[in-house]
Amino acid sequence: MAIEIDISHVARLARLELSDRQLDTYGRQCRELLEHVARIQAVDTEGVEPTSHPLPMTNRFREDRITPETVLGHEEVLAQAPDTEGPFFRVPPAIEEA
Amino acid sequence: MTWEAVIGLETHVELSTASKMFCGCPARFDAEPNTNICPVCLGLPGALPVPNREAINRIMQIGLALNCSVTRRPVFHRKNYFYADLPKNYQISQFDLPVCVDGYLEVGGDHPGRIRIERVHQEEDTGKSTHRGGDGRISAAEYSLLDFNRSGVPLVEIVTRPDIRSAAQARAYAQELRLLVEALGVSDARLEEGSIRFDANVSVRAGPRAPLGTKVEIKNMNSFRSLERAVSYEIERQTARLSSGQRIVMETRHWDEEAGVTRGGRIKEGSSDYRYFPDPDLVPMELDRDWEDGMAALLPELPSVRRVRYEEMGIDAAQAANLVGAEAGLAQLFEDAVEAGAGAPQAANWATGEVVASLRKAGIPSVGGSSLTGSSLAELLGMIRQGTLSGSAAREVLAGVIAGEGSPAEVAAGRDLLQISDTGLLESVVDELIAANPDEFARLKDGERKLVGFFVGQVMRNTRGKADPKLAGTLITERAGL
Amino acid sequence: MAFTTIVGAARALRDGSVTSVGLAEQVLQRTSMVEAQLHAYLTLDSDGLMEAAARADEELAAGSDRGPLHGIPIAVKDNMTTRHMETTAGSRILSGYVPPYDATAIRRLRDAGALIAGKTNLDEFAMGSSTENSAFGPTRNPWNTDRVPGGSSGGSAAAVAAGMALGGLGSDTGGSIRQPASLCGVVGAKPTYGAVSRYGLIAFASSLDQIGPIAHRVEDAALLLDAISGHDPLDSTSYPGGIEPSGARLGGGLDGVRVGVARRLGGADAVEPDVEAAFDRALAAMEGAGAVTLEVDLPSTEQGLSAYYLIAPAECSANLARFDGVRYGLRVDGATTEQMMSRSRADGFGPEVTRRVLLGTFALSAGYHEAFYGQAQKVRTLIREDFARAYRQCDVLVSPTSATTAFPLGDRTEDPLSMYVSDVFTIPSNLAGHPAISVPVGLDRHDLPIGFQVMAPALEEAVMFQVAAAVESLAGFDTTVPFDPSYGLRGGVR
Repeated sequence: MAIEIDISHVARLARLELSDRQLDTYGRQCRELLEHVARIQAVDTEGVEPTSHPLPMTNRFREDRITPETVLGHEEVLAQAPDTEGPFFRVPPAIEEA
Repeated sequence: MTWEAVIGLETHVELSTASKMFCGCPARFDAEPNTNICPVCLGLPGALPVPNREAINRIMQIGLALNCSVTRRPVFHRKNYFYADLPKNYQISQFDLPVCVDGYLEVGGDHPGRIRIERVHQEEDTGKSTHRGGDGRISAAEYSLLDFNRSGVPLVEIVTRPDIRSAAQARAYAQELRLLVEALGVSDARLEEGSIRFDANVSVRAGPRAPLGTKVEIKNMNSFRSLERAVSYEIERQTARLSSGQRIVMETRHWDEEAGVTRGGRIKEGSSDYRYFPDPDLVPMELDRDWEDGMAALLPELPSVRRVRYEEMGIDAAQAANLVGAEAGLAQLFEDAVEAGAGAPQAANWATGEVVASLRKAGIPSVGGSSLTGSSLAELLGMIRQGTLSGSAAREVLAGVIAGEGSPAEVAAGRDLLQISDTGLLESVVDELIAANPDEFARLKDGERKLVGFFVGQVMRNTRGKADPKLAGTLITERAGL
Repeated sequence: MAFTTIVGAARALRDGSVTSVGLAEQVLQRTSMVEAQLHAYLTLDSDGLMEAAARADEELAAGSDRGPLHGIPIAVKDNMTTRHMETTAGSRILSGYVPPYDATAIRRLRDAGALIAGKTNLDEFAMGSSTENSAFGPTRNPWNTDRVPGGSSGGSAAAVAAGMALGGLGSDTGGSIRQPASLCGVVGAKPTYGAVSRYGLIAFASSLDQIGPIAHRVEDAALLLDAISGHDPLDSTSYPGGIEPSGARLGGGLDGVRVGVARRLGGADAVEPDVEAAFDRALAAMEGAGAVTLEVDLPSTEQGLSAYYLIAPAECSANLARFDGVRYGLRVDGATTEQMMSRSRADGFGPEVTRRVLLGTFALSAGYHEAFYGQAQKVRTLIREDFARAYRQCDVLVSPTSATTAFPLGDRTEDPLSMYVSDVFTIPSNLAGHPAISVPVGLDRHDLPIGFQVMAPALEEAVMFQVAAAVESLAGFDTTVPFDPSYGLRGGVR
């Protein structure tokens, strides 16, 4: 199966800023791997249900209770942050430059 | 050409559960920033979601109230997109197997119609971004600040089919939906706080049989009025473009309340390739008939049913709608007053009129926070009917009851507001007035009937409003021999 | 006297011939001798270990005995979060990250009295089969330092093999416990999916990941597993029912046990002759001990590798999206949020992780989702059905753990696919969610260890450990060779 990958689009979706050379290499490797694993498409899976879980489990819920013991102190959390302002995490602006 | 607007609404309802959708953090986001957070809702490495059973109960109630069918094995999917206030950079949501599908909501009023509901699905809310610097608009911000208290609050999304045909109908649907959600008690359902949010998909086509036009999503409407204005603006904008031969671009536009326009193209869009797949951290749900029946049994009387019941009690449709649309405590007050013997139309008028005004004047936010009960309202209305209180005195008594001065009878006595219906007492007042105003009385006797009003006014003034004005009028006309 | 097994050390702790402090000192001394050559640890918590050991001794002296793991030093793979102890998942993007909470498995180890000696090296985010994909340099095989220890739990396997801890925890997504255990000559088990909580395990592929034990002896592995397994309300995929203790049938022998021989599991075709020979010797010994063997075929597992290399990257592409430079970890500045995220991720992830994230993103993207991810999940059902059929005829399945013994560093790094086929024998159990264990059974012509894999139906850990213990005893393999200080580490690189 021949597979077309728009690797720079995929890299954008995955938020990976890669050089043209890197895009080339990864694009080629991904294509080779996909062509290899695409064998799977030849398997007859007519009427086969997909497995999403190895064990047949359903309805795992928690009751609607607040668990103060899992709530984190915000100093502890913000201590790991690359950039903060007061009690907030801080990031560059959301939009693209004009 | 007659252009037709085709509108669909997507509504996000934040559930008022105690804890968040997938963790045990308080589902409150009015706390200090970044204090109601844990590894799960902050997307820390290694954390895993466990769904809140009560949220599923509530979404089923919403779905059932919207006449939906319940999916037997709904599934949570991951919706993948990067955004700074989305901690995992995917949102746990639902895709092809939402909890509820295929329902409808009847909209009455000036724009009646059945709006079909396509789906009702469960998801989690994001954190909150505040954009700083520049002129305060997102597009000019220098940086953004993030608070994750809201991250993971349970969110129900209700999606209509494109059945809405006007801005007014969009508003009517939104109001009816909010009433419904409020009646269910599953959410605070406050627009101004964002606990219920409406997005609209608007397109315009050349008449009812024409193929659908390109749709535009509009966001950022935080009142029913702005929803109606935004949809109305967008319909006009699209109609103008199409009429002049221009095309509509598929996009998301934001409503600018001050300027009264929708704006597009400034905020960077995430890709629409969300790469949905079943969340492997969660197992499928199995919502069997028993569970569904249990939730159906919990449904309260829905607003549409209540309106009909009120009309059957003898209230006109507009007043019934007012009562159903009012704060829940007022309708309860009305029902309690009728239960205690008050006439329904009078009780309805007072509940939605004088009571609301008195509460506002007293600075009391809700009936529940005052000492006014249905039986005291019924007592008050009874005193008016029996003539022991005038209309104006009754308003004063109401204020006294609300202020906690006691029952209507106690307040009326305490404030000396009982009406003088004693003929002997009033006769002496009338006679004094005739003696003091001989000219006017002479003119009255000559047939100048409008002077009856003058004398009644004097009687009311001399009795500080306590006289029964009807009785006073009768006495005066008798004296004048008319 | 040196202690290598948990059971032996536990006995000695109670008869007074050793203290927990003594065990901790032994582990630290051994580490100081070989760590420079092996690089098994990313974080060694010497002070914490000594303090915890002293407390463990006090508790025991006061008569408070937490059970067989009390006072035993354990090495933990660095993709499990440890409160106040750096946790990197072997990635630059998490360098310096200190979690505010313990993974459930870690908490349970601590509750059982075990001591966390440190955090071990791994392929970045557990993606790899050689531990060469660590952002912090490779780990080497204690049997021969020119060779890889396997992966991705290579650090834990090497640490246990070389005596730098008495037991270890790894995680296994496609063989990441069993293959390094096999290559390092120790025991490593992947439990039934859902048996051990994944809460606090930094996710690679959520529907395949499981935490499991690495140890010198099968009975030690069973003790470790029983300490960390059991339902966890913080993990929705955690199995809510009871499971028979792993060690319940140790010593049960092989008499009448029906053993399915799955030589071609996963479509394996290039098994090294020494590996094949050791496998056959072990089988013959099992038959001699009363086992009934029959050859079984699981044809759908031939598609296992393909299904795995679609499912795992797809899930990882979403699991690793949270590493974005916003709340923790590496940030590379940018003019916009998107630019900051894209640069942080490009700089923070190594080549293997980048490749799999791209692969998974593509496999899930519009137009390809059904053909790739959807089809792979259906093939997974076929594989489960193959196993179900096989288990109607037999109690356990056996195969080599790895087609090869430890390979030289750098041998497979240039060709991702050659590295991926390292896992053909191990991947099917992950796809089916079944338990599997690797037991060392001998050495090849280069004196490199060979592993033997025992697989069992879901939740049948007790039977699996019963058979594994018998295989271990029949093989009589001495796992402690590289631990013996007189042995010295061999290999060209120092």
